[in-house]
Amino acid sequence: MEGFDRRYVFLVILLVVLIPLIIPLGLPIRVSKEVLGAYDAIDRVPEGSTVYFACDYDPATLPEVHPMSYATLNHLFSRDIKVIGACLWPGGPPLLEEVLTRVGEEKFGKKYGVDFVNLGYKEGREVVMVSLGKSIPGTFPADFYGTPVSELPIMDGVRNFSDVAMIVNISAGYPGTKEWVQQVQSRFHVTIAAGCTAVSAPEYYPYYQSGQLVGLLGGLAGAAEYEKLVGVAGTATRGMDAQSLGHLAIIVFIIVGNVLYFRSVKAGGKRR
Amino acid sequence: MLPSPVLHTMAALLTIAIFSFLYRDNPVYKFAEHIFVGIAAGYIVAIEFQNVFLPNLWRPLLAGDYKLVIPFLLGVLMFSRFTVRFNWLSRWAIGLMVGTFSGLAIIGFAQGDLVAQIQANMLPLKAGSLIDTFTNWVIVVGVLATLVYFFFSKEHKGALGATAKLGIWFLMVSFGASYGFTVMARISLLVGRLLFLLVDWPASLGIELIR
Repeated sequence: MEGFDRRYVFLVILLVVLIPLIIPLGLPIRVSKEVLGAYDAIDRVPEGSTVYFACDYDPATLPEVHPMSYATLNHLFSRDIKVIGACLWPGGPPLLEEVLTRVGEEKFGKKYGVDFVNLGYKEGREVVMVSLGKSIPGTFPADFYGTPVSELPIMDGVRNFSDVAMIVNISAGYPGTKEWVQQVQSRFHVTIAAGCTAVSAPEYYPYYQSGQLVGLLGGLAGAAEYEKLVGVAGTATRGMDAQSLGHLAIIVFIIVGNVLYFRSVKAGGKRR
Repeated sequence: MLPSPVLHTMAALLTIAIFSFLYRDNPVYKFAEHIFVGIAAGYIVAIEFQNVFLPNLWRPLLAGDYKLVIPFLLGVLMFSRFTVRFNWLSRWAIGLMVGTFSGLAIIGFAQGDLVAQIQANMLPLKAGSLIDTFTNWVIVVGVLATLVYFFFSKEHKGALGATAKLGIWFLMVSFGASYGFTVMARISLLVGRLLFLLVDWPASLGIELIR
């Protein structure tokens, strides 16, 4: 393995990811109980209720978590649930704006300020979370465009988390799901369903196991499973064939690497 | 604002420039990297100024909310770090922030992690079904064995050593799961960029490469 050019690994990964995108294989997607938990929780929210949508990510993790926002908002708007969206990441508001407009306004004909609102970004991380638990209009006095929230019909009667049916959090790190659980779920006992990057998913599974999260979408696979549940084949579903073959290639590399390593050790090479 | 085909083409060329690093380090990659770092820094400054400083501090202050003079002065003290003689003044503002975040983090961790996770791991060792019983045993034994591995006050020998070794196995399984999820994350990002190059970019130019 000493003289092996690692660029061959990059080339193989590129090919196994590229080919299924051009020629889809249609591999089956099985819905996990964590994703089903999130779906069921949103399904139990009464029509006409309000949900707080915490969009905590930026363009760096767009391919992984943006499909989750599309899928969950498809579900929320299809059930006539009002959505109050806000971000704790500076790069989040334009992404939230895009998904709310495309799904809410263009697909379901929802009206800004009446059926959904983008409150924009607020600096302060955990402080903002706790502050929202006391007063949502006090924390976000104006929306993304600078309109006072008192002028928006959707905010009528919304004081704090006691006036929202649940929180849907899509996050890519800090501040994100962990902080929502620690600062909001444990303090205000609000139902939270979360979607997160695959890297952070193992850290959040204990929150699902303990019931602190009612559902968890982990990475592109979680997004694809939710897309299957809502019947919208988006970019996550499209990427799952490539994802599966990519994993297969990595597994083969690990096995081949280990076999070659142990053969070299047996042949008198150095253990490293 | 530039037209969509121009923006998409710029993004596509920058993506390819970044990918060129996989072949070898080169000036095109460095150029794209520097553009990214510069734009990201500029974007954050602009966002913080427009979305935080103006609406949260400056405009309310000009409108007569004079209690905001205190955070304004604390903010000004942060700039004292640029002088050797007065940089100690910034510690007041930093101290306030560290104190606030520590307080929140400690309470949040105690309520959300420590107590809740201890409760969640107090599971019945004889549950309703065989599979639930087995799962509960795995969780309880896994937690205890892993905790024993991190107990360093006694040499890991005999029963303690065997339990610590079992803890290592549980840790290895969790590291494996984390690695698997990390692979998924990285491939997802590659999928996203390739879909952009194969679908979004050609579409902006009126071309359909793949359906």
